[in-house]
Amino acid sequence: MSTTTTQPAPTGHQKLTMAQALNHALRDEMSADPSVVVFGEDVGALGGVFRITDGLTAEFGDTRCFDTPLAESGIVGMAIGMAMNGMRPVVEMQFDAFGYPAFEQVVSHVAKMRNRTRGAVTLPMVIRVPYAGGIGGVEHHCDSSEAYYAHTPGLQVLTPADAADAYGLLRAAIASPDPVVFLEPKKLYWAKEEVDLSAEVPGIGRAVVRRAGTDATLIAYGPSVPVALEAAAIAAQEGRSLQVVDVRSIVPFDDETVAAAVRSTGRAVVIAEAPGFASVASEIAARVTERCFHSLAAPIARVTGFDIPFPPPKLEHFQLPGVDRVLDAVDALQWETS
Amino acid sequence: MPTAVPVQLIGPDGERVATSARAMPSDADLVRAYTALVAARRLNDQAYALVRQGRLAVYPSSHGQEACQVAAAQVLDAADWLFPTYRDTAAVVARGVPAGEVLVLLKGDWHSGYDPYTHNVAPQATPLATQLLHAVGVAHAARLRVEPTVVLAMCGDGATSEGDFHEALNFAAVFRAPVVFFVQNNEYAISVPLARQSVAPSLAHKGIGYGIRGERVDGNDAAALLTVLGDAVTRAREGAGPQLIEAHTYRMQAHTNADDARRYRADADVAAWEHRDPLARLSTYLRGRGLLDDAGQQVADAAAEELAAGMREELFRDVTPDPADLFTHVFAVPTPQLIEQSAVVADEQSREGALR
Repeated sequence: MSTTTTQPAPTGHQKLTMAQALNHALRDEMSADPSVVVFGEDVGALGGVFRITDGLTAEFGDTRCFDTPLAESGIVGMAIGMAMNGMRPVVEMQFDAFGYPAFEQVVSHVAKMRNRTRGAVTLPMVIRVPYAGGIGGVEHHCDSSEAYYAHTPGLQVLTPADAADAYGLLRAAIASPDPVVFLEPKKLYWAKEEVDLSAEVPGIGRAVVRRAGTDATLIAYGPSVPVALEAAAIAAQEGRSLQVVDVRSIVPFDDETVAAAVRSTGRAVVIAEAPGFASVASEIAARVTERCFHSLAAPIARVTGFDIPFPPPKLEHFQLPGVDRVLDAVDALQWETS
Repeated sequence: MPTAVPVQLIGPDGERVATSARAMPSDADLVRAYTALVAARRLNDQAYALVRQGRLAVYPSSHGQEACQVAAAQVLDAADWLFPTYRDTAAVVARGVPAGEVLVLLKGDWHSGYDPYTHNVAPQATPLATQLLHAVGVAHAARLRVEPTVVLAMCGDGATSEGDFHEALNFAAVFRAPVVFFVQNNEYAISVPLARQSVAPSLAHKGIGYGIRGERVDGNDAAALLTVLGDAVTRAREGAGPQLIEAHTYRMQAHTNADDARRYRADADVAAWEHRDPLARLSTYLRGRGLLDDAGQQVADAAAEELAAGMREELFRDVTPDPADLFTHVFAVPTPQLIEQSAVVADEQSREGALR
């Protein structure tokens, strides 16, 4: 294995976009562990179509970060073999819908290898997937595909909503002994914020309360978290206190944090871009209902995408759960009139 | 360019083919292969019987293809890797994995019954051609670490129609991965004949499109297989990149015992292959050269019978699978949800126990 000179590990607070934070996470893991390899389509010289792998080939060499032929099943299948043989591959599916050709490899092998072999063969690998809408993307570029992965036992499914979590969760994903589908909300790639790169890496499987509130709980993940926070800010001006929970880890799911949050308010709205039928949002609503029924003042509401193929750019705003739709759902949570 | 005629060193009559320029394996290698062939045939027959006795759920037999099975295992070094399919049980056993462990899958106690790292044998693949990409990954990782590992990846003629076959050959070629792709063309994908899979001049010709050297070999000639596969392994190890070998053989039995081959092929078609049997051919050759006699045959038969007895012992041993295992190997650390679900099953079990 060739080792190349590495930049000193960044420390302390930095103003970073989510894209830059992800890049830092890859760089730091590649520096820390020579078995980490990054590959996919256009991830080499170009640095990825979203520049997440920018500079990695230059810094670590083309055996550590390299372009592959244009074939997603090939990318994931080869990653499986490399993970079987001592490597920790991090592969990129260029867009959500472009990951579908790899579906058989993901479902039949990535998710099952540990189980099939009773733990003899484990697959420490990460499949990065830029996902969801809100960027004016044309067809096949804006799917919210989390339910397919979350429904498959054996996969961990993570989705950060800010740069700090993007950094911490990607590092945790790469270090994990089990495969991770890492869903990156495209529309948040360029949001800039203060990130503490020396902060402790958040553990996989923990949700977080992003905003305290007492009247109702908004449960969101990935691209819907900023929508929930904005809705909560507006509601606060109108005298209603909304709590916001960021799920972060779809699998494993943090029932404890989510249920405790909902019990504290007695009302909840689940927000997600994906079509609502048979969705992660539906699963969350069911789980919360089972655990919090006697604390609930109203049925759990869901604000999700409609059950339609993702619309063209000029119509996508009708599909994406927006602040108004969230606040309407909150208004409908059977408030006692005074 | 693959040759018009598959490489053959010993003809169906057991005589050395005078026209072939390829080297004959050593006498010792041929005798070793013959012993393994006898064992592989016995394994196939015993497994078939165990299905009828209800001890195996199903068995996809390699009866008639044993020369391919044995040669695939014999040409590899200990540090090399073998990627078998569900029909390659005999190859896995020839590589050294205990038959009882291999048959756990078909017995139904668990999925893969052996630790792949013990003999560098991947779990037997059921989804066609998917394992070929894993083979490329194993080979590429080894190459990055400058290890001399070669990976031999097996598939059938039907699998060459799958997208993953194409992607695996292309990836291996682009990365110069040391993989020998070994296609056992046994003429049938369950019921569908080769003519419905491909109109290429041969399956070995498919290598041309990827810049991979393709070769055809008589799949019932153990000598030719040892030479052709052995040379391919050597070329891959020396850095020549991936190799594609097509062995022409025949599935003498139905797809599995659950299949009825008479619905799609005539008995006469099968009979036409009987005189090409790989065991009889090598036996005739070895006896003609004084390398095998009745005593040698008895030794091989005794070893095969010991294997069969071991299989019977393993498969008639009833194992009560532990339902707790259902949840143990999903993640390194079970999720809170799996811990809850495991408790549900444990509770059901304890109540069932109380009723008894």
